[in-house]
Amino acid sequence: MTALAREAPRLVTRPPLVEVAGVSKRYGAVTALHAVSAVVHAGEVLGIVGESGSGKSTLLRMMNLEDLPDAGTYRLGLPGLPANLFALDRLARRMLCARHIGIVYQNPHHGLLMHHSSSGNVAERLLVAGERRFAVLRDKARGALDASEFPLDRMDAPPAELSGGMQQRVQLAKAIALEPALLLLDEPTTGLDVSVQALVLDTLKRLQRDRRITMVIVSHDLGVIRTMADRVIVMRRGRVVEEGLADQVFQDPQHPYTQQLVHAKL
Amino acid sequence: MTLAALTREWRAFSYGFLDASAKREIRRGLVKAVAIPGYQVPYASREVPIARGWGTGGLQVTLTLLNPRHVVKVIDQGADDSVNAASIRRFLTRVSGAAATWDTLAASLIQSRHRVPEEVLRDDQILVLQVPNPEPLRPVEPNMSIARQMHADADYGRLWLTLYEQIVRSGRVMHGAAYPSMVNGRHVMAPSPIPRWDVPKLHMARHLTILSAGREKRLYAVPPFTRVEPLVFDDVPYRVEDHAGLTCHRSGLKGYFMNEIPQDGGAAFEVSDSHLGIKAIRRRDGEAVVIGETWYRNGEMQR
Amino acid sequence: MTPILSVENLTKTFRMHHLDQTLMAFAGLSFSLRPGEFILLSGPNGVGKSTLLRTLYRSCLPVAGHVWYDAPEGRIDLARAADVDVALLRRREIGFVTQFLNARPRVPAEDIVAEPLRLDGIAPDAALAEARRWLAAFGVRPALWRAYPTTFSGGEQQKVNLARALIRPPRLLLLDEPTASLDAGARAALVARLADLKAGGVAILGVFHHPGDVAPLIDREIVLHAQEIADVAE
Repeated sequence: MTALAREAPRLVTRPPLVEVAGVSKRYGAVTALHAVSAVVHAGEVLGIVGESGSGKSTLLRMMNLEDLPDAGTYRLGLPGLPANLFALDRLARRMLCARHIGIVYQNPHHGLLMHHSSSGNVAERLLVAGERRFAVLRDKARGALDASEFPLDRMDAPPAELSGGMQQRVQLAKAIALEPALLLLDEPTTGLDVSVQALVLDTLKRLQRDRRITMVIVSHDLGVIRTMADRVIVMRRGRVVEEGLADQVFQDPQHPYTQQLVHAKL
Repeated sequence: MTLAALTREWRAFSYGFLDASAKREIRRGLVKAVAIPGYQVPYASREVPIARGWGTGGLQVTLTLLNPRHVVKVIDQGADDSVNAASIRRFLTRVSGAAATWDTLAASLIQSRHRVPEEVLRDDQILVLQVPNPEPLRPVEPNMSIARQMHADADYGRLWLTLYEQIVRSGRVMHGAAYPSMVNGRHVMAPSPIPRWDVPKLHMARHLTILSAGREKRLYAVPPFTRVEPLVFDDVPYRVEDHAGLTCHRSGLKGYFMNEIPQDGGAAFEVSDSHLGIKAIRRRDGEAVVIGETWYRNGEMQR
Repeated sequence: MTPILSVENLTKTFRMHHLDQTLMAFAGLSFSLRPGEFILLSGPNGVGKSTLLRTLYRSCLPVAGHVWYDAPEGRIDLARAADVDVALLRRREIGFVTQFLNARPRVPAEDIVAEPLRLDGIAPDAALAEARRWLAAFGVRPALWRAYPTTFSGGEQQKVNLARALIRPPRLLLLDEPTASLDAGARAALVARLADLKAGGVAILGVFHHPGDVAPLIDREIVLHAQEIADVAE
C-alpha cells in the first residue's frame, strides 16, 4: 500500500530558493550520501531527521559549501549566482558562504572563537563582509545578539565564560548578522538542558516568524523537528527514505523506517 | 699523500661574504617579493657571523645587494653609533669594499633596525628593514599553515577582530610598533617593529623598501609608489605617537620622533634619528650642513 | 455556485506493520462542499471521521481518489499537490481545529492567539489587541492572557486553541471535536463565531461531540459507517 504520487499543476510557481540534486559522497568504503535531493522554498523550514550516521550532518556540510560531493548540484536561487555552487573554486565558495549562508553547529566550539568577545564573534562576520566602521559593527552586533535574545549586558563576554544555551545564541547571532538567505542548523539544541532547549527553539521560531528566514534544521530529535519544521525529509544510511509535510510524515508515515522512527517515540 | 699537499692557501672565495648561489636565491626571492608587494617569500636563510635575532635577515639582503659602488648606512633604533650598527657596518665594508656613511642623504643602501630615517628617501635609495616576526597573523593564528591559507584567501577577519576588541576594551588600537598594514590593497604585512610614526613614510614612497627576517626565513617588499595602509576603521582614524610638540634637549630639533631619556627629576627627549640630531647641532655651531627635506614638518606628516 | 471542495472516490487504508495487517478507513468516498455550507460529519467511534478530516487537510495521504480544492489560482487536487502548495493553502485559507492545543510551551496565551495575525504581517500591537478581544469572547480571564497555556486546564487550553484558529477567517474550516472539553458558555461563543463565519461564506466541515449545539447551522450531514457512507440531506 503506497500513497499517491505528487504531480503538477502548481499553485506556487516561484522556483525553490534552495535546490540540492543527486548529491553523493563516499569516504573510502563508506557511502555517506547516495543521490540525495532536497528542495526548500523561500521562508520555509525544512527538517532533516535520521539516526546517527544517516548522512544528515554530511548533507548540511555540503550545503554550507564546506565539503564537495562526488556528484550532484547545488543551486541557491539568488540573483547573480551560478547554477551549480559546487562548481565554484574555493575562494568563491568561501565568499558566497560568508555572505549568503549562516550556520549554527551542534558544538559551539566549532562555530565560535571561544576566547574572543561574543560581540566580536558577530562583528567578525561583518568585518569579513567588508564593514569598516566601528560604530556600525558595534550596532549591528548588538542588534543580532538582541534578536537572538542574548543579554546585552554580557555582549563582550567571551563564549568560553557562557552557558551552552547562551553560546548557541551567540552562534545564532553570528549566523544571522548578515541577514543570509539560508540558515543551517545542525542539532542546535542537542546537548542542552531540556528547559534551555525549549527557550532556544522559541527564539528560533520567533526569528523565523519575524524575518521569514529560510531554514534547514538537522536533528535526531523528532520533537525539535515537529516544533520547527514545515516539511521533513527522513534519511537513513545516506538515502532519503521519505519526505513530506511535517505533520503528514509524523501522523501518517509511509516508509517502514519512518514508521519505526515515529512509533519509537510514542 | 701528505696533509701539506692537500692544504691550499686561503683565498677569498666570494665577494660580499655570501656565495653566489645564496645570493641568487635571495635575488630570486627579492624579485618575487617586489612582484607581489607585501607577500612573504620564504628563503633558505644562510649562516652569517652574527647570531639569529641580531639582524641576519637584513644582513643577507644587504650582502646580496652590495656592490663596491654602494654607500652603506646602518642604524639601530635610529642610531648609527650603537654597537650592533657599528659591527654590521664594519663587516659590510670589509667584505664588499663599499663605502660607509652616517648621512642619510649620502647613502644608497640603508639597513635599519626598527626605524625609518626622518629625511625623505630618494628613488635611488634602498631601505632594508630587519624583522623579528614577519607574520602579522601570528597573535591571531599561531599555526603557520593556516595563516598562509588566510593570506591566500585574503581572509583577515580575525585580525580585524583583534583591532575591534582593542577598541572595545581600551578605546583605541593598542599596537605601538609593527602596526599591521595592507600593502597594495591585497596582503597585510607586519612592517617590522617601526613605530606608528614611521609607517606613513612607506606609503607611495619613491624608494624601495625590503623587509627580511633571518630567523623566520621570510622576506617581503614594498616597491616604490605602492600603497601601504594601516588597518584602521573608517571612524577611528590612525594616530601616530604624540611627539609633535617634543623638543630634543641636545639639538633643539622639534617635531620628530623622540627617544625618552629618563633623568633625575623627569625625562628628557632626544631625537631618535641621531645623525639628523648631529647635523642640526653642527649647523647650529656654524657649519654648512645639508639637511634634507623630511617627511614630517612641525610634527605633521607632509603629503 | 462552484463547490470549494469536491471529494471524488477517496480511499484511505493504514498499514499496521507490526501486525502485518491493512486497515481500511474509508473507500470510494465522494461529496462536495460549497462556500457558506456547513456539513456535520458523524458516525461511531473509530469509524474514520478524524482520518477523513486529516486526509482532507493532507496530514494523511490517501491511497486513491481526488480532493479538488477551488483555490483563487485555480482548481488543485490536494491529494496530489506539492507540499509547498499545501503549506501555502494551509497558511492562507484552510483551517484545522482539533480538540487539543498544540503550542510551544513557554509562549503566553495572547501571543499564541495573535500568531496568525503576526504571520499575516499585522503589527504586534494591533494583533495583540485583536487576540485579547477573542480571548475575552471565549471567556478567558484577562489574568491568564500573559500566562502559559501549557499550565491551563484542558478547557481553557481549548479556548485558546479556538481563538487562535478562528481569529483569521479561512475559506475552508475543518473541525475535529472542537467542543469536547468546553463549558456551555464557551460552546455558545464558538457557535456564535461559526455562525458569523458561515454567514461570511466560509465552508465548514466538522465533527461535533454535541451536535445539538450547532444544529441550527447544519446544512447537510455525512454519516460514516464502517467502510460505507450514507449521505443524508438536511
